[in-house]
Amino acid sequence: MRLRAILLAGCLLAAAWTRERGLLSQAPQNAASVRNPFEKDEEAERAGAKLYLRECAACHGSDREGHGRVPRLNRPDVREAPPGELFWILRNGSLHYGMPSFAHLPEPQRWQIIAFLRQSTARRTTPVPNGPNR
Amino acid sequence: MQMVCRIMAAAAVCLIASRCEAGEGPFFITYTHQMEEPGNLEFTAKNASGKPGDGNPFLATAAEFEYGMAGWWTTELYLDGQGTGSESALFTGYRWENRFRLLWREHWINPVLYVEFENINGADKTLLEVVGHDGVADLEAPNSDARQEKQREIETKLILGSYFKGWTIAENIIAEKNLSHAPFEFGYAVGISRPLASLAKPDRCNLCRENFQAGVEVYGGLGTHNDFGLHATSHYIAPTVSWSLANGTALQISPSFGMTATSARFLLRFGVSYEVAQFGRAVRNWFHGSRA
Repeated sequence: MRLRAILLAGCLLAAAWTRERGLLSQAPQNAASVRNPFEKDEEAERAGAKLYLRECAACHGSDREGHGRVPRLNRPDVREAPPGELFWILRNGSLHYGMPSFAHLPEPQRWQIIAFLRQSTARRTTPVPNGPNR
Repeated sequence: MQMVCRIMAAAAVCLIASRCEAGEGPFFITYTHQMEEPGNLEFTAKNASGKPGDGNPFLATAAEFEYGMAGWWTTELYLDGQGTGSESALFTGYRWENRFRLLWREHWINPVLYVEFENINGADKTLLEVVGHDGVADLEAPNSDARQEKQREIETKLILGSYFKGWTIAENIIAEKNLSHAPFEFGYAVGISRPLASLAKPDRCNLCRENFQAGVEVYGGLGTHNDFGLHATSHYIAPTVSWSLANGTALQISPSFGMTATSARFLLRFGVSYEVAQFGRAVRNWFHGSRA
Protein backbone atom coordinates (compact mmCIF):
# COMPACT_ATOMS: atom_id res chain seq x y z
CA MET A 1 0.00 0.00 0.00
CA ARG A 2 2.79 2.37 1.00
CA LEU A 3 4.72 1.42 -2.16
CA ARG A 4 1.68 2.31 -4.28
CA ALA A 5 1.37 5.65 -2.54
CA ILE A 6 5.05 6.39 -3.14
CA LEU A 7 4.75 5.37 -6.82
CA LEU A 8 1.65 7.51 -7.26
CA ALA A 9 3.33 10.51 -5.62
CA GLY A 10 6.39 9.94 -7.84
CA CYS A 11 4.22 9.84 -10.96
CA LEU A 12 2.43 13.04 -9.94
CA LEU A 13 5.72 14.81 -9.27
CA ALA A 14 7.12 13.59 -12.61
CA ALA A 15 3.97 14.76 -14.42
CA ALA A 16 4.15 18.15 -12.73
CA TRP A 17 7.85 18.48 -13.63
CA THR A 18 7.20 17.44 -17.24
CA ARG A 19 4.36 19.94 -17.51
CA GLU A 20 6.49 22.70 -16.01
CA ARG A 21 9.40 21.87 -18.32
CA GLY A 22 6.95 20.89 -21.09
CA LEU A 23 7.88 22.83 -24.16
CA LEU A 24 11.58 23.06 -23.37
CA SER A 25 11.81 19.28 -23.64
CA GLN A 26 10.15 19.35 -27.08
CA ALA A 27 12.85 21.39 -28.82
CA PRO A 28 15.14 19.25 -30.99
CA GLN A 29 18.73 18.81 -29.84
CA ASN A 30 20.26 20.75 -32.72
CA ALA A 31 18.21 23.84 -31.73
CA ALA A 32 20.38 24.28 -28.63
CA SER A 33 23.46 25.10 -30.70
CA VAL A 34 21.95 28.27 -32.23
CA ARG A 35 23.33 31.42 -30.57
CA ASN A 36 21.46 34.63 -29.79
CA PRO A 37 23.08 37.55 -31.67
CA PHE A 38 21.83 39.87 -28.89
CA GLU A 39 23.04 37.88 -25.88
CA LYS A 40 23.79 40.24 -22.95
CA ASP A 41 23.01 43.29 -25.11
CA GLU A 42 21.30 45.69 -22.68
CA GLU A 43 19.44 47.61 -25.37
CA ALA A 44 18.09 44.35 -26.81
CA GLU A 45 16.98 43.26 -23.35
CA ARG A 46 15.04 46.51 -22.92
CA ALA A 47 13.48 46.11 -26.34
CA GLY A 48 12.71 42.50 -25.42
CA ALA A 49 10.97 43.68 -22.24
CA LYS A 50 8.78 45.96 -24.34
CA LEU A 51 7.99 43.17 -26.80
CA TYR A 52 7.37 40.72 -23.95
CA LEU A 53 4.79 43.08 -22.50
CA ARG A 54 3.03 43.38 -25.86
CA GLU A 55 3.17 39.77 -27.00
CA CYS A 56 3.54 37.52 -23.95
CA ALA A 57 2.46 39.25 -20.73
CA ALA A 58 -1.27 38.74 -21.30
CA CYS A 59 -0.79 34.99 -20.73
CA HIS A 60 2.49 34.66 -18.81
CA GLY A 61 1.99 37.70 -16.57
CA SER A 62 3.79 41.02 -16.62
CA ASP A 63 6.30 39.68 -14.08
CA ARG A 64 6.60 36.29 -15.87
CA GLU A 65 4.77 34.72 -12.94
CA GLY A 66 2.45 32.52 -15.06
CA HIS A 67 -1.24 31.96 -14.51
CA GLY A 68 -3.21 28.75 -13.98
CA ARG A 69 -2.10 26.33 -16.69
CA VAL A 70 0.20 28.91 -18.30
CA PRO A 71 3.75 28.24 -17.05
CA ARG A 72 5.79 30.91 -15.31
CA LEU A 73 8.85 32.13 -17.18
CA ASN A 74 10.84 33.46 -14.22
CA ARG A 75 12.13 29.95 -13.49
CA PRO A 76 15.87 29.25 -13.44
CA ASP A 77 15.54 26.55 -16.13
CA VAL A 78 14.02 29.10 -18.53
CA ARG A 79 16.69 31.69 -17.71
CA GLU A 80 19.39 29.08 -18.22
CA ALA A 81 17.86 27.34 -21.25
CA PRO A 82 19.92 27.44 -24.45
CA PRO A 83 18.70 30.46 -26.46
CA GLY A 84 18.24 28.26 -29.53
CA GLU A 85 15.68 26.12 -27.66
CA LEU A 86 13.71 29.20 -26.63
CA PHE A 87 13.88 30.48 -30.20
CA TRP A 88 12.53 27.15 -31.46
CA ILE A 89 9.61 27.40 -29.01
CA LEU A 90 8.79 30.98 -30.06
CA ARG A 91 8.87 30.00 -33.72
CA ASN A 92 6.77 26.86 -33.46
CA GLY A 93 4.63 27.37 -30.39
CA SER A 94 2.68 24.32 -29.31
CA LEU A 95 -0.91 23.82 -30.29
CA HIS A 96 -1.03 21.00 -27.72
CA TYR A 97 -0.16 23.35 -24.85
CA GLY A 98 -2.15 26.26 -26.31
CA MET A 99 0.98 28.29 -27.02
CA PRO A 100 0.69 30.10 -30.37
CA SER A 101 3.53 30.43 -32.85
CA PHE A 102 5.27 33.81 -32.89
CA ALA A 103 6.84 33.24 -36.28
CA HIS A 104 5.05 36.38 -37.52
CA LEU A 105 7.47 38.48 -35.45
CA PRO A 106 10.66 39.31 -37.33
CA GLU A 107 13.53 37.06 -36.27
CA PRO A 108 15.54 39.85 -34.55
CA GLN A 109 12.51 40.71 -32.38
CA ARG A 110 12.21 37.09 -31.28
CA TRP A 111 15.89 37.16 -30.27
CA GLN A 112 15.26 40.39 -28.33
CA ILE A 113 12.51 38.67 -26.33
CA ILE A 114 14.88 35.79 -25.59
CA ALA A 115 17.60 38.22 -24.49
CA PHE A 116 15.06 39.63 -22.02
CA LEU A 117 13.96 36.20 -20.77
CA ARG A 118 17.55 35.11 -20.18
CA GLN A 119 18.90 38.30 -18.61
CA SER A 120 20.56 37.80 -15.25
CA THR A 121 18.68 38.55 -12.04
CA ALA A 122 21.10 41.37 -11.22
CA ARG A 123 20.33 43.27 -14.43
CA ARG A 124 16.64 42.42 -14.65
CA THR A 125 14.55 44.89 -16.64
CA THR A 126 10.98 45.37 -15.52
CA PRO A 127 8.52 45.91 -18.38
CA VAL A 128 6.76 49.25 -18.05
CA PRO A 129 3.13 48.93 -19.18
CA ASN A 130 2.48 52.63 -19.72
CA GLY A 131 5.89 54.12 -20.25
CA PRO A 132 6.21 57.42 -22.10
CA ASN A 133 5.86 57.42 -25.87
CA ARG A 134 8.82 58.60 -27.89
CA MET B 1 -30.88 42.21 -17.58
CA GLN B 2 -28.41 41.65 -14.74
CA MET B 3 -26.56 39.14 -16.94
CA VAL B 4 -26.30 41.65 -19.81
CA CYS B 5 -24.93 44.27 -17.41
CA ARG B 6 -22.35 41.78 -16.16
CA ILE B 7 -21.21 40.93 -19.68
CA MET B 8 -20.92 44.60 -20.59
CA ALA B 9 -19.02 45.37 -17.40
CA ALA B 10 -16.66 42.42 -18.03
CA ALA B 11 -16.02 43.68 -21.56
CA ALA B 12 -15.31 47.18 -20.25
CA VAL B 13 -12.91 45.80 -17.63
CA CYS B 14 -11.10 43.83 -20.33
CA LEU B 15 -10.77 46.86 -22.56
CA ILE B 16 -9.19 48.85 -19.80
CA ALA B 17 -7.14 46.12 -18.18
CA SER B 18 -5.43 44.17 -20.92
CA ARG B 19 -4.68 44.80 -24.50
CA CYS B 20 -2.07 43.72 -26.94
CA GLU B 21 -1.11 44.50 -30.47
CA ALA B 22 -3.99 44.17 -32.87
CA GLY B 23 -3.89 43.31 -36.50
CA GLU B 24 -2.36 40.44 -38.44
CA GLY B 25 -0.47 42.27 -41.10
CA PRO B 26 -1.63 44.96 -43.43
CA PHE B 27 -3.91 42.90 -45.69
CA PHE B 28 -7.64 43.47 -46.11
CA ILE B 29 -8.48 40.53 -48.35
CA THR B 30 -5.63 38.04 -48.13
CA TYR B 31 -5.45 35.81 -45.06
CA THR B 32 -2.13 34.66 -43.65
CA HIS B 33 -1.74 31.50 -41.58
CA GLN B 34 -1.47 33.55 -38.39
CA MET B 35 -4.25 32.56 -35.99
CA GLU B 36 -5.80 34.60 -33.21
CA GLU B 37 -4.16 33.80 -29.89
CA PRO B 38 -6.32 31.53 -27.72
CA GLY B 39 -8.68 33.55 -25.53
CA ASN B 40 -8.01 36.87 -27.30
CA LEU B 41 -10.79 38.89 -28.90
CA GLU B 42 -10.01 41.29 -31.72
CA PHE B 43 -12.46 43.85 -32.97
CA THR B 44 -11.90 45.30 -36.44
CA ALA B 45 -13.91 47.73 -38.52
CA LYS B 46 -13.11 47.19 -42.21
CA ASN B 47 -14.41 49.84 -44.55
CA ALA B 48 -14.55 50.04 -48.33
CA SER B 49 -15.58 53.13 -50.27
CA GLY B 50 -15.79 53.98 -53.92
CA LYS B 51 -17.81 55.40 -56.78
CA PRO B 52 -18.60 52.62 -59.22
CA GLY B 53 -19.15 53.68 -62.87
CA ASP B 54 -22.66 55.11 -63.17
CA GLY B 55 -23.57 54.23 -59.58
CA ASN B 56 -23.64 56.42 -56.50
CA PRO B 57 -20.70 56.69 -54.11
CA PHE B 58 -20.87 54.24 -51.21
CA LEU B 59 -19.25 53.43 -47.89
CA ALA B 60 -19.52 49.84 -46.68
CA THR B 61 -18.44 48.59 -43.28
CA ALA B 62 -17.81 45.11 -41.92
CA ALA B 63 -17.57 44.93 -38.12
CA GLU B 64 -15.45 41.91 -37.35
CA PHE B 65 -15.20 40.06 -34.02
CA GLU B 66 -12.38 37.53 -34.06
CA TYR B 67 -11.83 35.11 -31.19
CA GLY B 68 -9.11 32.52 -30.63
CA MET B 69 -10.91 29.33 -29.57
CA ALA B 70 -7.68 27.31 -29.52
CA GLY B 71 -4.24 27.54 -31.02
CA TRP B 72 -5.52 25.69 -34.10
CA TRP B 73 -9.01 27.24 -34.32
CA THR B 74 -10.08 30.86 -34.83
CA THR B 75 -13.68 31.91 -35.23
CA GLU B 76 -15.07 35.24 -36.49
CA LEU B 77 -18.39 36.98 -36.80
CA TYR B 78 -18.90 39.78 -39.31
CA LEU B 79 -21.80 42.22 -39.34
CA ASP B 80 -22.03 44.04 -42.67
CA GLY B 81 -23.71 47.28 -43.64
CA GLN B 82 -23.43 50.04 -46.19
CA GLY B 83 -24.61 53.51 -47.06
CA THR B 84 -24.99 54.72 -50.64
CA GLY B 85 -25.28 58.39 -51.56
CA SER B 86 -28.78 59.51 -52.73
CA GLU B 87 -30.13 56.04 -51.84
CA SER B 88 -30.14 54.50 -48.37
CA ALA B 89 -28.11 52.97 -45.57
CA LEU B 90 -28.82 49.39 -44.59
CA PHE B 91 -27.65 46.32 -42.73
CA THR B 92 -26.70 43.79 -45.39
CA GLY B 93 -26.19 40.62 -43.37
CA TYR B 94 -23.74 38.55 -41.38
CA ARG B 95 -20.96 36.06 -41.92
CA TRP B 96 -19.56 33.42 -39.59
CA GLU B 97 -16.15 32.08 -40.44
CA ASN B 98 -13.86 29.47 -38.94
CA ARG B 99 -10.19 28.87 -39.65
CA PHE B 100 -8.42 25.63 -38.81
CA ARG B 101 -4.66 25.27 -38.78
CA LEU B 102 -3.73 21.94 -40.35
CA LEU B 103 -0.09 21.50 -39.29
CA TRP B 104 1.04 21.65 -35.68
CA ARG B 105 4.43 23.20 -36.31
CA GLU B 106 5.82 26.00 -38.42
CA HIS B 107 6.95 24.89 -41.89
CA TRP B 108 8.19 26.70 -44.98
CA ILE B 109 4.57 26.75 -46.15
CA ASN B 110 1.65 26.46 -43.74
CA PRO B 111 -1.88 25.50 -44.77
CA VAL B 112 -5.03 26.70 -43.01
CA LEU B 113 -8.56 25.62 -43.93
CA TYR B 114 -11.22 28.34 -43.94
CA VAL B 115 -14.96 27.70 -43.89
CA GLU B 116 -17.53 30.51 -43.85
CA PHE B 117 -21.30 30.75 -43.90
CA GLU B 118 -22.67 33.99 -45.32
CA ASN B 119 -26.21 35.24 -45.05
CA ILE B 120 -26.09 38.56 -46.86
CA ASN B 121 -28.10 40.32 -49.53
CA GLY B 122 -27.14 41.62 -52.96
CA ALA B 123 -26.62 45.16 -51.62
CA ASP B 124 -23.54 44.07 -49.63
CA LYS B 125 -20.56 46.14 -50.80
CA THR B 126 -17.92 45.19 -48.25
CA LEU B 127 -16.10 43.22 -50.98
CA LEU B 128 -14.31 40.96 -48.52
CA GLU B 129 -13.63 38.63 -51.40
CA VAL B 130 -13.99 38.76 -55.17
CA VAL B 131 -15.14 35.51 -56.81
CA GLY B 132 -16.71 34.27 -60.03
CA HIS B 133 -17.77 37.13 -62.28
CA ASP B 134 -18.22 39.71 -59.50
CA GLY B 135 -17.79 43.14 -61.01
CA VAL B 136 -18.58 46.81 -61.02
CA ALA B 137 -22.14 46.13 -62.26
CA ASP B 138 -22.94 44.55 -58.85
CA LEU B 139 -21.95 47.81 -57.16
CA GLU B 140 -24.03 49.99 -59.52
CA ALA B 141 -27.36 48.28 -58.81
CA PRO B 142 -29.66 50.47 -56.65
CA ASN B 143 -30.06 49.34 -53.03
CA SER B 144 -33.83 48.92 -53.41
CA ASP B 145 -33.32 46.23 -56.08
CA ALA B 146 -30.09 44.68 -54.85
CA ARG B 147 -31.36 44.06 -51.31
CA GLN B 148 -34.05 41.70 -52.69
CA GLU B 149 -31.39 39.20 -53.71
CA LYS B 150 -30.61 36.74 -50.90
CA GLN B 151 -27.11 35.28 -50.81
CA ARG B 152 -26.82 32.31 -48.49
CA GLU B 153 -23.43 30.92 -49.33
CA ILE B 154 -20.72 28.60 -48.09
CA GLU B 155 -17.25 29.86 -48.82
CA THR B 156 -14.13 27.78 -48.43
CA LYS B 157 -10.53 28.86 -48.73
CA LEU B 158 -7.22 27.13 -48.67
CA ILE B 159 -4.86 29.60 -47.02
CA LEU B 160 -1.15 29.08 -47.56
CA GLY B 161 1.29 31.23 -45.64
CA SER B 162 5.05 31.56 -45.25
CA TYR B 163 7.53 33.79 -43.47
CA PHE B 164 10.79 34.25 -45.32
CA LYS B 165 13.57 36.57 -44.14
CA GLY B 166 11.14 39.06 -42.64
CA TRP B 167 8.65 38.85 -45.52
CA THR B 168 5.12 37.53 -45.08
CA ILE B 169 3.84 35.73 -48.17
CA ALA B 170 0.27 34.44 -48.39
CA GLU B 171 -1.84 32.78 -51.06
CA ASN B 172 -5.57 32.08 -50.83
CA ILE B 173 -7.57 29.84 -53.16
CA ILE B 174 -11.31 30.47 -52.84
CA ALA B 175 -14.36 28.35 -53.74
CA GLU B 176 -17.83 29.70 -52.99
CA LYS B 177 -21.22 28.03 -53.42
CA ASN B 178 -24.58 29.70 -53.20
CA LEU B 179 -26.84 27.28 -51.34
CA SER B 180 -29.57 27.77 -53.94
CA HIS B 181 -29.08 26.48 -57.47
CA ALA B 182 -25.91 28.24 -58.56
CA PRO B 183 -22.57 26.94 -59.75
CA PHE B 184 -19.39 27.05 -57.68
CA GLU B 185 -17.54 30.36 -58.00
CA PHE B 186 -13.78 30.63 -57.70
CA GLY B 187 -11.34 33.35 -56.76
CA TYR B 188 -7.87 34.02 -55.46
CA ALA B 189 -5.91 36.46 -53.33
CA VAL B 190 -2.16 36.74 -52.89
CA GLY B 191 -0.19 39.15 -50.76
CA ILE B 192 3.30 40.01 -49.66
CA SER B 193 4.32 42.35 -46.85
CA ARG B 194 7.06 43.18 -44.38
CA PRO B 195 7.61 45.50 -41.41
CA LEU B 196 9.65 48.63 -42.12
CA ALA B 197 12.11 47.62 -39.38
CA SER B 198 12.78 44.18 -38.02
CA LEU B 199 14.51 45.31 -34.83
CA ALA B 200 12.42 46.82 -32.01
CA LYS B 201 13.46 50.02 -30.29
CA PRO B 202 13.86 49.79 -26.50
CA ASP B 203 11.43 52.63 -25.81
CA ARG B 204 7.67 52.65 -26.14
CA CYS B 205 6.94 54.56 -29.34
CA ASN B 206 4.24 55.28 -31.87
CA LEU B 207 6.22 56.49 -34.83
CA CYS B 208 9.12 54.04 -34.87
CA ARG B 209 9.51 52.06 -38.08
CA GLU B 210 8.89 48.69 -36.44
CA ASN B 211 5.23 49.73 -35.98
CA PHE B 212 4.62 50.06 -39.73
CA GLN B 213 4.06 47.25 -42.20
CA ALA B 214 3.79 47.72 -45.93
CA GLY B 215 2.77 45.31 -48.62
CA VAL B 216 0.75 44.69 -51.71
CA GLU B 217 -2.09 42.30 -52.42
CA VAL B 218 -3.66 41.15 -55.66
CA TYR B 219 -7.08 39.52 -55.74
CA GLY B 220 -9.80 38.65 -58.19
CA GLY B 221 -12.32 36.19 -59.59
CA LEU B 222 -11.64 33.04 -61.58
CA GLY B 223 -15.09 32.44 -63.05
CA THR B 224 -17.46 29.63 -62.18
CA HIS B 225 -17.63 25.86 -62.42
CA ASN B 226 -19.30 26.24 -65.86
CA ASP B 227 -17.11 29.07 -67.08
CA PHE B 228 -13.74 28.83 -65.38
CA GLY B 229 -11.03 31.31 -66.32
CA LEU B 230 -10.26 35.00 -66.51
CA HIS B 231 -13.00 35.94 -69.00
CA ALA B 232 -15.21 38.79 -67.67
CA THR B 233 -13.67 38.70 -64.22
CA SER B 234 -12.50 41.48 -61.89
CA HIS B 235 -8.96 41.84 -60.60
CA TYR B 236 -7.47 44.37 -58.24
CA ILE B 237 -4.01 45.39 -57.12
CA ALA B 238 -3.79 47.10 -53.75
CA PRO B 239 -0.77 48.53 -51.97
CA THR B 240 -1.44 48.47 -48.25
CA VAL B 241 0.02 49.93 -45.07
CA SER B 242 -0.70 49.24 -41.40
CA TRP B 243 0.35 51.19 -38.34
CA SER B 244 0.27 49.73 -34.85
CA LEU B 245 0.05 52.28 -32.05
CA ALA B 246 1.65 51.71 -28.67
CA ASN B 247 -1.79 51.62 -27.00
CA GLY B 248 -2.73 48.47 -28.92
CA THR B 249 -4.77 50.01 -31.73
CA ALA B 250 -3.87 49.26 -35.35
CA LEU B 251 -4.81 51.37 -38.37
CA GLN B 252 -4.78 50.17 -41.98
CA ILE B 253 -5.27 51.82 -45.33
CA SER B 254 -5.22 50.43 -48.83
CA PRO B 255 -6.13 52.02 -52.18
CA SER B 256 -7.27 49.32 -54.63
CA PHE B 257 -6.97 49.75 -58.39
CA GLY B 258 -9.12 47.75 -60.79
CA MET B 259 -7.10 46.03 -63.51
CA THR B 260 -9.87 44.95 -65.91
CA ALA B 261 -12.89 46.59 -67.52
CA THR B 262 -15.16 44.53 -65.26
CA SER B 263 -13.50 45.86 -62.08
CA ALA B 264 -14.39 49.04 -60.22
CA ARG B 265 -11.77 51.59 -61.21
CA PHE B 266 -10.83 52.58 -57.65
CA LEU B 267 -11.72 51.52 -54.12
CA LEU B 268 -10.36 52.92 -50.90
CA ARG B 269 -10.18 50.54 -47.97
CA PHE B 270 -9.40 51.60 -44.43
CA GLY B 271 -9.76 49.95 -41.08
CA VAL B 272 -9.09 50.08 -37.39
CA SER B 273 -8.61 47.18 -34.99
CA TYR B 274 -8.17 46.64 -31.30
CA GLU B 275 -7.29 43.43 -29.54
CA VAL B 276 -8.42 42.49 -26.04
CA ALA B 277 -5.98 39.99 -24.57
CA GLN B 278 -7.38 37.03 -22.63
CA PHE B 279 -10.97 38.17 -23.03
CA GLY B 280 -12.17 34.59 -22.53
CA ARG B 281 -10.33 34.22 -19.22
CA ALA B 282 -11.68 37.55 -17.94
CA VAL B 283 -15.25 36.55 -18.80
CA ARG B 284 -14.77 33.10 -17.20
CA ASN B 285 -13.38 34.72 -14.05
CA TRP B 286 -16.27 37.12 -13.98
CA PHE B 287 -18.87 34.36 -14.05
CA HIS B 288 -16.87 32.13 -11.74
CA GLY B 289 -16.73 35.00 -9.27
CA SER B 290 -20.49 35.46 -9.51
CA ARG B 291 -21.06 31.82 -8.45
CA ALA B 292 -18.76 32.04 -5.43
